[in-house]
Amino acid sequence: MTAERMRLLLPVLSLAVLLGAVFYLQPRAMSYFGLNLLFNLAIPVALATIAQMMIIMVNDIDLSIGAFVSFCACVTATFVHDTPLIGYSILLLAILGYAALGALIQLRGLPAIVVTLGMSFVWGGLAVLILPSPGGASPEWLKALMVFKTPLVPIAVIVPLIIAFVVHVLIKRSWVGVVLQGLGGNERAMERAGWSVVQLRAGAYGLAGLFGVLAGMCLVGLTTAADANIALRYTLLSIAGVILGGGEFVGGRISPFGAVIGALTLTLAASFLSFLRLSPDWQIGAQGAILILVLAVRLLFVRKGVTA
Amino acid sequence: MPDTQTIPGALDAPVVSLDAADMSFGLVHALRQATMAVAAGECVGLVGHNGAGKSTLANVINGRLSPTGGGVTHRYANIAMTNSENARNAGIRSVFQELSLCPNLTVLENLRITYWNMSRRNWRRTAKQKVTDALDLVFPGHDIRPHATVGALTIAQRQMVEIAIAFADRDSEPSLVILDEPTSSLDAAIAQQLLAHINRFCAAGGAVLFISHMMGEIFEVATRIIIMKDGQIVDDQPARAFTRSSIVDAMGHVAPDHDEAVVDRANRPLGNEVIRAENGLSARKGEIVGLAGLAGHGQAEALAQIYFDHSPLWKTTKTPEVVFVAGDRSRDGVMPLWSILRNLSLTTLNEFSRRAMVDHGAEVGLVQSWKERIGIRTDNLRNPILSLSGGNQQKVLFARALASAAPIVVMDDPMRGVDVGTKKEVYQMLQDEAARGRSFLWYSTETDEILECDRVFVFRTGRIAAELIGEEITEENILRASFEMQEAAE
Amino acid sequence: MTDKMLSLEPSANRLSDLIRKPWLWAYIAAALTFAATSLVAGSAAGSLLYAALTFASFSAIVGIGQMLVITMGPGNVDLSIPASMTLAATLALKFMDTQTELILPGFLIAIGVGMGCGILNFALILMLRIPPIIATLAASFLYQSLAIWSNRGLRIKPPEPLAEFATGGTLGVPNVALVGIALAVFAYVLLEKAIAGRWISAIGQNLRAARLSGVPVNIVRFAVYVNSAVCAALAGFLLASFSGGANLNMGTEYMLMSIAVVVIGGSSIGGGNSNVPGIWGAALFMFLIVSMLNSYGLGAGIRLILTGLVIVCVVALASRKGYNT
Repeated sequence: MTAERMRLLLPVLSLAVLLGAVFYLQPRAMSYFGLNLLFNLAIPVALATIAQMMIIMVNDIDLSIGAFVSFCACVTATFVHDTPLIGYSILLLAILGYAALGALIQLRGLPAIVVTLGMSFVWGGLAVLILPSPGGASPEWLKALMVFKTPLVPIAVIVPLIIAFVVHVLIKRSWVGVVLQGLGGNERAMERAGWSVVQLRAGAYGLAGLFGVLAGMCLVGLTTAADANIALRYTLLSIAGVILGGGEFVGGRISPFGAVIGALTLTLAASFLSFLRLSPDWQIGAQGAILILVLAVRLLFVRKGVTA
Repeated sequence: MPDTQTIPGALDAPVVSLDAADMSFGLVHALRQATMAVAAGECVGLVGHNGAGKSTLANVINGRLSPTGGGVTHRYANIAMTNSENARNAGIRSVFQELSLCPNLTVLENLRITYWNMSRRNWRRTAKQKVTDALDLVFPGHDIRPHATVGALTIAQRQMVEIAIAFADRDSEPSLVILDEPTSSLDAAIAQQLLAHINRFCAAGGAVLFISHMMGEIFEVATRIIIMKDGQIVDDQPARAFTRSSIVDAMGHVAPDHDEAVVDRANRPLGNEVIRAENGLSARKGEIVGLAGLAGHGQAEALAQIYFDHSPLWKTTKTPEVVFVAGDRSRDGVMPLWSILRNLSLTTLNEFSRRAMVDHGAEVGLVQSWKERIGIRTDNLRNPILSLSGGNQQKVLFARALASAAPIVVMDDPMRGVDVGTKKEVYQMLQDEAARGRSFLWYSTETDEILECDRVFVFRTGRIAAELIGEEITEENILRASFEMQEAAE
Repeated sequence: MTDKMLSLEPSANRLSDLIRKPWLWAYIAAALTFAATSLVAGSAAGSLLYAALTFASFSAIVGIGQMLVITMGPGNVDLSIPASMTLAATLALKFMDTQTELILPGFLIAIGVGMGCGILNFALILMLRIPPIIATLAASFLYQSLAIWSNRGLRIKPPEPLAEFATGGTLGVPNVALVGIALAVFAYVLLEKAIAGRWISAIGQNLRAARLSGVPVNIVRFAVYVNSAVCAALAGFLLASFSGGANLNMGTEYMLMSIAVVVIGGSSIGGGNSNVPGIWGAALFMFLIVSMLNSYGLGAGIRLILTGLVIVCVVALASRKGYNT
C-alpha cells in the first residue's frame, strides 16, 4: 500500500505545483468559473487516459486511441444526434471491435503497437467517411450535461474525480479488475490458474473501447461539433497521462487516480503555457518536453526508492 | 461438484495414477513407460538427477502435459474434460520453482486468481481470511500481511505465499500438492515449518509429491520414494527400504575419476593473476577456478559482473578479454533464428574478419574445424541451431567462446542437460585449453565438475564463504563451507 | 575440401526456397495491383510505373531505416520519422534559400539534422530507460515544434537544379528511385555480408545473449537509431525538393508507411530477421494500392481504411505464434 502511495506522490505533487503556478500567473483562475475553464477539456482527456490505462495494464500500448476518440466524436455528432438508435449501435459495435482486436492480438501473438497503428488509420478513415468536413451537432442532453452547473465545485473538477473513483472500484477493488491486472502481472500464472487469457485481453481492450467511446461523447458535448482529426493528439496525451500518473509500461502496475491526475496535469500544462504567452508553435513541443521531464524525474524517484 | 464435500482420506481410489505413460518432445523421450500412483495420505519423495524427467512426471500428474502414450487417470476424472481440468477437479495443486504469482497484486488478490470460482460477494474478506488461515497453518508466526503487494515481498516470503496458497482451502480441498524444490529459497527454520506441515497434511489424508535434492528433507517427510533416471522410474519403494547411499546408487551416480584430475592439477604450471574482482574472486593464467555453493547464492551474478566489467558496450574489439559460455541456453546463448554456422561464429566475427565484412571463407573454415574438434553431430552446418539436441547446442556455445583468443573464459553452469559423454569430452578440452594458458571461471551446480578445478570459491548469500585450493577441494569441504555458513547466518 | 563444402549447401532445393521467400509476396501483390490499376487507367501504364517508382522511393528510404530498427527486436520502433523528415527538410530548404551554390551545405545540414535527431532519440532511450516508442514519440514532438517555429508558414522553394534532380530521371528511371535503390543495396550488403548486420540480427533475437556473446550492443543500437533518423532526413530532403518545398504535414503519412513497408516486405516484427528486397516490393504495393483505389474513384476515407486493414491483416497472417514477445 505504501508503495502505491509513493507512486501517487509524484503526480499529486506536479499537479499542485502547476496549479500554484497558474494561480500565481492568473489569480482570477482561482474561482468557480476559472477552474471550470481550466479543467473543462480535462474530462475527455481523462477518459481517454483511462482507456489507454486499460491497454497499458495488460502490457500493450494503444497508438490508435486518438483516432478512435475522433471516430466516436464523429459518430456522436452525426448518428447519435440524428438517429440515436443507429448511433448507439455503431458505438456498441466499436466497443466490440476493440474487444475483438484484443482477442486477435492475444490469439496470434501480435505486436499491439503495429496493430493499433494500423487501426488508427481504419478509425481515421471511418471518421472521414462519416464527417468529411468539420460539423455535426451535439445531442442536447450531452451538451446540457457538460455545462451543468453544480453547486460550489465546478463540474469540470467533480467529473474527473467521479471517473477516477468508479474506475478505481472497477479495477482496483473488484475481482474483475484484479484478474485483468493479473494478466499484466504474470500471464503464464493466469493461464495456469485456468483463466482464458484471450477473454481477459479482449476484456481489457473492450473496457478501453468503452472509455474511448465515453471520451468521444464528452468531447462532442463540450465542443458541440466534431471533425475527423479532433482528438488525434489524445494518443500521446493519454500515454503521457498514464505514465505521469505512476503507471508503468510493463507489469500491470497502473493507478486510476494517478492516471486521471496525470490527465488533469497535462490539460493544465496547456493552459499554463498559454498563460506564459508561449507561442503556440511550442505547444506541441512543450508536451513532449513535459513527458520527457516527468520520465526523468520518475527515474530519479525510482533510484532513490531503490537505494533507500 | 461432488468432490468439494468429500474427505480425501476416506477414499481408496488413488488421487492420480499413471499407466505406462510416455512423454516425448520430438525425438526426446522425457518420460518412458512411467507407471505409478499416489494414494491419499502418502508423501512421495521424487528424486533423480537433473534431466531425469522429474518435472515432466510432475507436469503429467498436474495435467499441464498430456502423455503421448499410455494413460493418466485422475480421481473423479470426466472423460469429456481435459487433463488439466480433471487434475484441478481432483484437487491437484503444484508449486514450481519459477514463481507463479502476480507481483503487481496483493497477497490476497493472488489467492483470488487461483480460486477462480470464488463467490463474488465480499470476496476480499473471504480471500483475506483464506490466505491468512493458510499462512498461519503452514508457517505459524509468519509476518506476511495479506494486503502487502507481492512485488514488495522478499523471495522467501513470496515462496511462502505460493506454498500457502497451494495448501489453502479453495474451490476444492487440496488432495495432492506437488512441491518442486520448495525449500530452495527458505531458511532452515521456515523449511522445518513446511516439513512439519507436510507431515500434518498427509496424516490428515492429503498427499504430497515432494521433489528435492536435499536427502535429509526427503527422509524426513517421505513415506515412499520414487527414483527416476533417464526418463524412467527405476525404483519405487517405501522410504524405509532406502538409505542415502542406496538412493545415490540408484540415481546412477558416477564416481568421478579423481586421480586423473589430481595429476593434471599438479602438473600444470600456473601463471600470474589475470583477473581479480572486487569481491575477491580471482584467477591466474592457466587456472581453472570453480564457483561452488548452493544454487542461486550469487555465483551467476558474480560471473556476469566480471563479464560485463571486461567487455565493451560501446566499441568493437579484435582482442576480447573475456568470453562467456551460457548455461541457460535460451536466455543467454542461442540465437534461435540462426543456423549452427552463424551461432558458432558470432563471438569471433571480429577476430577472423579483417574489415567490416564477414570473411566467409574464414568463417566456414573456423566452424568446420570446431565441428570436428568438439564433435557437433550434424550433417549440415546450415541447419537451424534448434534442430540440434540440447547437448549439441551446448557444444556450439562452447565452441563459440573457445574459438576466441580471449585469455579468460567465464562459464555459467554450462553442463545443464548435457549427457555424460559430452561432459567427459568437454572436461578434457578445458584441461587442454588451460594447459595452453587460458583461465577459466566455472560456476557449476554439480560436484563432479567442481572437483575438476584447481581452485574453488564457495559462495553463500552473494559472498565468498571459502576459498579451497588443490587437495582441499573435496565434496565434504564444499558442502561444509556452504552449510556451515548457512547456520551461522541465522 | 569439396566434400565439406558440399555439406554447407542449403538442404532444400532452390525453387521451393524462392517460393518461401516472404518478399516475393510483396512483389506479387504489387504486380497485381499494377495490373488492376492499368486496366482502369488504360493507356498510361508506363507513366504509372514511373510515378510508382518515384513515390515508392520515399517510402523505401524511410522503410530501410525503420527496418533496421525493427530488426532489433520487440519494442524497437522509431516513431520520430515523420518529424525528423519535416525538420530536416524545413531547415535545409530554409538554409539554401533557393540558392544553387548552397545545395551541398544544405544537404549536409539535412543529414546533420538527421544525425542530431537520432542521437537525441537514443540518448532518451538509454538514459531514461523507457521503451523506444515513447522516447521517439516524445522527441518527435520537440522536432515538430522546432519545424513549426522555423517554418513560420513560409514555403521556400528548393534551388532549381535540386528540384530538377528530384523530379528528373536517368535512363528512364527516376533519380530518387536510384537513390532509394542504392540505399537498398547498401542495406542489403550491410545486413547480409557485414559484421554489423550479424550483430543487429543477434540483438533482435536475444539482446542479453548478444551482449554475452561479445556484441557491443550500445554502439550497434546507437548506430541503428541514428541511421533511421538520417534515412528519414534524406527522404525529407528529397521529398521537399521533389514537391517544391517543405510543409509541416509532409511527413505524416510516413509514420505508418515506414512500418507498413517493413511488415508487408516480410521482415519479422518479432525482430532478428530483416528483408531488404521486400521493402521495395511493399513500397510499390503501398503506392499502387492507393492509386488503384483512386482510379476506381474511392475517396480518402476508404483509402485510409484499406491501408490500415492491409497492415493489420498482413501482421496477423505473418505472425508466428509463440515467437513474438
